[in-house]
Amino acid sequence: MEEELFTSGRNIPNIDPSLQIWHWPISVYLFLGGLAAGLLFFAALFTVLKKDGEVPATVKYAVIMAPIALVLGLIALFYDLTHKFYFWQLYTTVRIESPMSWGAWVLLLITPLSMLWVFSYWKEIFPKMDMKFGFLRKFQSFLVKNRMNMAYLLIPLAIVLGIYTGILLSAFNARPLWNNAILGPLFLVSGLSTAAATIILFSKSHSERSLFSKIDIILIVIELALIVHMIMGYWAGSEVQLEAMELLINGEFTVMFFVFVVILGLLVPGFLEILELRGYKVPVVVPAILILIGGLVFRFVMVEAGQLTRYLY
Amino acid sequence: MRYAMVIDTKKCVGCSDCVVACQTENNVPIGYCRDWITERVEGTYPKVELELRSERCNHCENAPCVRCCPTGASHIIDGGIVLVTPNECIGCGACIESCPYDARFQHPDGYVDKCTFCHHRLEKGQLPACVSVCPTKCMYFGDLDNPNSEVSQLLKARKHKTLAPEAGTKPHVYYLI
Repeated sequence: MEEELFTSGRNIPNIDPSLQIWHWPISVYLFLGGLAAGLLFFAALFTVLKKDGEVPATVKYAVIMAPIALVLGLIALFYDLTHKFYFWQLYTTVRIESPMSWGAWVLLLITPLSMLWVFSYWKEIFPKMDMKFGFLRKFQSFLVKNRMNMAYLLIPLAIVLGIYTGILLSAFNARPLWNNAILGPLFLVSGLSTAAATIILFSKSHSERSLFSKIDIILIVIELALIVHMIMGYWAGSEVQLEAMELLINGEFTVMFFVFVVILGLLVPGFLEILELRGYKVPVVVPAILILIGGLVFRFVMVEAGQLTRYLY
Repeated sequence: MRYAMVIDTKKCVGCSDCVVACQTENNVPIGYCRDWITERVEGTYPKVELELRSERCNHCENAPCVRCCPTGASHIIDGGIVLVTPNECIGCGACIESCPYDARFQHPDGYVDKCTFCHHRLEKGQLPACVSVCPTKCMYFGDLDNPNSEVSQLLKARKHKTLAPEAGTKPHVYYLI
């Protein structure tokens, strides 16, 4: 019988026993980045479809959260760098093979663009606040004229941002839990779903809320399907992937994953939204908040559990 | 020129001289190591086998750390040595996540650090510190492109393996088994 008794010897105090390089700011950033991507995507999409009059919260109010989320996310990213004052090196090169390089450049474009988008609605968001400087007024009317162009730019940028938050993790073949191609689309759908929940929270019009409840239900179904695919992918994988799957379905992250992400973060809010659309009185805040918490916990589970998985040799 | 290290697991006694030599030569801060010893015990009593390995960065030909680096701080120089330029490294940690061997770490000064195959010694015609101090002479260093080099000859003559070849990294550290 070939039985491995142990492999040991490596005990470097500041490196072992397991990798903890990416801490909570990364999980928070992945959540905020996905949320901002979703909000900007919906705002731009409804503008391009010329339906912006019907969804005021989407294009004007909820989208205020996008630049806020991006700035907070960037602060979180900066905080987790260990060689902080060299961060500008990101912008001295474009590296096609590195997802993080893609992300850095997309963030450089989408963050100011999201601010300009919100600024273009300044008069409608703050009707009483008068802009004192003429050039600001002129700049705003220039932005209003170019809103459609901004929307055309924002759609691809938001999709790249949403997918990149997942690809950032899935590109590491050394961490078997992350290394599956479905993580990019999964994080994109999850980001869109949290954005739909935010829009529901901001919206005051019944028709807009029920439209986004419907969109959210579709997104929840897609997300559940992608999660099933992800687990099937591990199941059909090699030993390292089976070990990674253990963490999610029969290990230390099982409760976090199934209770907070799958049940409370997807199934329950999806069910509540269906009830609400059927005419039952359900406060819309409840499913929306559950989805936001579920999205955040999902990022934490993936970032933390992924760093526990590794190659065997 | 393709530098490679060949380590004879049958001769290694796990004394950690290579670890100490590296720390001294490269001023590795306390609590960190660029190389380390792994013990692997296999089998059931009385048929038990022990394998000792001195491990470090594998200076992979297909290095995931170089691919994922967003600034180009991780790069491959002539001879296939993977290096990090501290002044280009932002400390994002992507390369540490990408390494199947966990060979990289964040230096207390912030940038990412790891084995360099002692390329500052190679330039002077010396061997890497770990190789030069090994008391059982179980470590060999040389050029794979030269068929007459000691490493090429050993790999031709002896059974050998690399670590986690399934990761697709094409390591340049070989273990004679």
